[in-house]
Amino acid sequence: MADTSPRQVTFRLRRYEPGNDRQPRWEDHRVDATPGMTVLDGLWKVKELGAPSLAWRSSCRMGICGSCGMLVNGRPRLACNTQVTELRSDVVAVAPLPNFDIVKDLVPDLRPMFATHRGVLPYLVRDDTAEQEAPTREYRQTPHELEQYLQFSYCIKCGCCMAACPTVATDPRYSGPMPLGQAQRYDNDSRDAGFGARREVLARGSGPWRCHFAGECSQVCPKGVDPAKAIQLMKQDLVLDLLRLRRRRPPAAVAEAPHGTRREDIPAAPPRTVTEG
Amino acid sequence: MRDRTLWTWHIGAGVVILVLLGLHMAIMHLGSTLGISGSEPTAWESVAARAGSLFFTTTYVLLLGAALYHGFYGLRNILLELNPGPGLRRTIDVGLSVVGLALFAFGTWAALAAPGAATTMGG
Repeated sequence: MADTSPRQVTFRLRRYEPGNDRQPRWEDHRVDATPGMTVLDGLWKVKELGAPSLAWRSSCRMGICGSCGMLVNGRPRLACNTQVTELRSDVVAVAPLPNFDIVKDLVPDLRPMFATHRGVLPYLVRDDTAEQEAPTREYRQTPHELEQYLQFSYCIKCGCCMAACPTVATDPRYSGPMPLGQAQRYDNDSRDAGFGARREVLARGSGPWRCHFAGECSQVCPKGVDPAKAIQLMKQDLVLDLLRLRRRRPPAAVAEAPHGTRREDIPAAPPRTVTEG
Repeated sequence: MRDRTLWTWHIGAGVVILVLLGLHMAIMHLGSTLGISGSEPTAWESVAARAGSLFFTTTYVLLLGAALYHGFYGLRNILLELNPGPGLRRTIDVGLSVVGLALFAFGTWAALAAPGAATTMGG
């Protein structure tokens, strides 16, 4: 039978409140850790019992929302997705993600990352706006075409890759692995026609050219995404485009209506929950 | 857009270096093994013969240009990682271009002048 007795671990937390503190400081809290307890659970315990003003960002508790990216024992991780026992240490050192300004304690300021992300047009760019706004059918896409971008679409924008990237740490002009990976995700999507528009942003100095292929972004990604690969594929696409060797394809068309008789027992769609205006 | 072009040239220069450096290594170290040349490649006659050959002069100049571009682009990347301001960045771009072009001009002159020098020195 597995040992479920609690074990005392030290949560070493980096505290800092810009405006009030002159510099960050470390604060130790003893916590009873049980098997299965996550770093996020530990933070809640610390907040309840010893540091009520401790600030961090979290939401879903299941590695989906990407809110709780933190530097745990020197490595960017999701606090909700990291069990204390897997760290194999009596000390759990938690700091905010590097390469970002600090809002407070463990809360990084992710706004620059999201501003850059917005700049690479991270959505399907197509001419048929009416079809996108009020879809009548699905866009046709084969399983093979889906595989070209699927793994990049698992990105939850937690910022762990940005925190691990040595180029982001030194070059503020560099867009970083998350925005670039997401740009490639849409460039690889057979439904998308936005390569030309994204190229205007990506072919500049802030694009993939500063990447030194350290690969840390892919190492730390909690969702198994490979942004380093996306960036290399992006370089390849942009260079082939410059040399006029990139294969151009029209974006996927809307699929035809299915043949056959429509089933009678399909329930009606529920009413809209959000009304326009 | 400019960065994409510079990077493409960087990769192209790398390929040129790979081919020409491979050729250089083959001639200098594997000549007898591969049966390319029978004579000692570092002997005066061999060096003078290569210097007088249009093919070798062309490859020297090409290799020089590719190596200078590849190296100076890499150096530029390292310097830009130090996060210089726009003015200093421009200075780096212009400075590296001027030094690179000067070295290329000097190296090209040396490659073109080599046959005459070899004839003079060889008597």
